[in-house]
Amino acid sequence: MEVLVFLLFILVLAIFLGFEIISKVPSLLHTPLMSGSNAISGITVVGAMIAAGLGQGNDLAAMLGGAAVGFAMINVVGGYFVTDRMLNMFKKKDKKG
Amino acid sequence: MNLESLLNIVYILSAITFILGFKLLSNPETARRGNILSAVGMAVAIAATFMFPEVVRFQFIVIGMIVGASIGLLFAYRTPMTGMPQMVGLLNGFGGTASLLVAWAEYTAHPEQSGMGGGMLWITAIIGSVTFSGSMIAWAKLEERFISGKPIMYTGQRYVTMAVMASLLTLGFLFARDTAAGDATLFLGIVTALALILGILLVIPIGGADMPVVICMLNSYSGMAACASGFIVQNNLLIVAGALVGASGIILTLIMCKAMNRSVANVFLGGFGADTGGSTMEVVGEIKPVKADEAYLMLEAANSVVIVPGYGLAVSQAQHAVRELMEVLEKNGTEVRFAIHPVAGRMPGHMNVLLAEANVSYDAMVEMDAVNPTMETVDVCMIIGANDVVNPAAKEDKASPLWGMPIIEADRSRTVIVMKRSMGKGFAGVANPLFFRNNTRMLFGDAKASLQAIINEFKGA
Repeated sequence: MEVLVFLLFILVLAIFLGFEIISKVPSLLHTPLMSGSNAISGITVVGAMIAAGLGQGNDLAAMLGGAAVGFAMINVVGGYFVTDRMLNMFKKKDKKG
Repeated sequence: MNLESLLNIVYILSAITFILGFKLLSNPETARRGNILSAVGMAVAIAATFMFPEVVRFQFIVIGMIVGASIGLLFAYRTPMTGMPQMVGLLNGFGGTASLLVAWAEYTAHPEQSGMGGGMLWITAIIGSVTFSGSMIAWAKLEERFISGKPIMYTGQRYVTMAVMASLLTLGFLFARDTAAGDATLFLGIVTALALILGILLVIPIGGADMPVVICMLNSYSGMAACASGFIVQNNLLIVAGALVGASGIILTLIMCKAMNRSVANVFLGGFGADTGGSTMEVVGEIKPVKADEAYLMLEAANSVVIVPGYGLAVSQAQHAVRELMEVLEKNGTEVRFAIHPVAGRMPGHMNVLLAEANVSYDAMVEMDAVNPTMETVDVCMIIGANDVVNPAAKEDKASPLWGMPIIEADRSRTVIVMKRSMGKGFAGVANPLFFRNNTRMLFGDAKASLQAIINEFKGA
C-alpha cells in the first residue's frame, strides 16, 4: 500500500509537469510532438525486458515479455527516428529580396 | 548502495532527459536536440535494465529488440510525410499492445497478486486493448482501407457500449478478488477480449473528419497504458514517461476540440457528418470558374498572398509545387504566408510537416489567430484542398453543423481562389457558401497540376 501511495504521488506530479511543459509546444511542432510521444510511450520496453528476462520455469511469461519488447521497440526506434527526420526538415530560411 | 538503487538513479536521469526533451520541443531551433537527448535517455534506460537482477535470460529480449527495431526503422524511413497520421496511429496501437503483453506476462509469472495488483493488471489490460483495437480502426479509417471513413452507426449503439463497460467492471471485480483462483485467467481473458471489442465500438461511430481528435486521444491512451503497466512492475520511469505522454495527448485532444467548437463528449459520441443537418441558409450567387492563366493574372498583381492548405494538398502531393509557386511569387515581390488551421489535415501539425518537407521556411507558416486580423489587407487568399476550415457558415449560419467553429476568414480577403477537384462537399459533408461569393474564383482540377500551370504562366511571362 505504501508503495502504491508513493507511485501515485509520482504520477500526480508527472501529470502536472506534463501539462505545464507540453502546453508550451507550438502548434507548428504538434506532429513531431505526437511521434515523439510514441517513442516515449515505448518506455514499456523496460517492463517488458524484465518479464522477457525471467529464468527457466517462466517460459510463457518470458515469451510474452519478448513480444512486448518487440512492440515497444517499434515505438522507440520508429518514434525517435521519424521525429528526427521530421525535425530536421523544419528550417528557417533567409528571405531574399 | 545496492544495484537496485543505482538502477533507479539511472531511471531518474532518463526521466529528466524526457522532460528536457519535451521542453526543448517548444522551439523549432532546439527541437531536434531535444529529441536526440530524449533518445539518449531511452538508450541509457534500456542499457540499465539489462543489469536488473531478475533479468537472467537474454534470448527473448534480443529477438524482440532486433525484430522491433528493424520494423521501427522501416516505418521511420519508408513512411511518406503524407502518411504520418497513419504511422502515429499504428504506433499508438503498438504502445498499447506492449503494455497489454506486459500485463499478461506479469500475471503469468506471478498469478498471486494482491487486490490492488489485480486491479492494476485489469486496468492495464483494458487500456492496452482499447488502445490497440481502437488504433487499428483509426488507421483503417485514415487509410480508407477495409472500412470507409464514414461514421458507422446502428440502433442501440450506446447501450451495447454501456453493456460492454458494465461487464468489464463486473469481471474486474471477479478477477481481482482472487487472481490465483482457477477461473481468474479466464476472467482476465474475457476482459481482454471485451476491451478489444470496446476499442472497436468506441472508434467506428466517429467520422473521418474527427480522426485527428481520435488519434490524439489514442496517443494519450498509449501513455496511460505505459503508466498503468508501470504500476504493475512498480517502476517510476514508466509512470513518469507514461504520464507525460498521457498529458500530451489530452492537451492535443482539447486543442483540436476547441478548434472545432465541439466538446470532447460530442466528438466521442460520434456520428458527426453522418447527416448533413438542416442548414437553412440559402446559398446565393453563382460559381465563377477560372483557368490557370486568369489565376496567374490575379496572383501576379497581388502584394500579399495567403495560402490556406488542407488535406487535399496532401492527397495530391502538391507541397513541392506550392513551394515553387511561393518562390516565383516572392521573386515577383509578393509577400506569401501559409495560414494553418489547427485541424487542417488529419493530425495536429500535419500541414506544417508537409510544408517543411517541401522546404518552406517555418516562419512563413502562421496560425489562424495571427492571420485573421490581417485578412482585409490580403490581395489573394488561395485555398488548396481545404474546405470546412474556411467555411463562412461557421460564423453566419446558426443551423450549420459547423456553427461556432473558428475559421480562417478567407472570405474577408480581396480575392479568393479556391483550388478544388470538383464541387464535392468537405469532410464534414457541409456545403460551403464561400464558393458562391462574389470575390471567389474556382480553379477546378488536381491541385498539383493547377499549381504547375500557374507556375508555368509565371515562367513564360
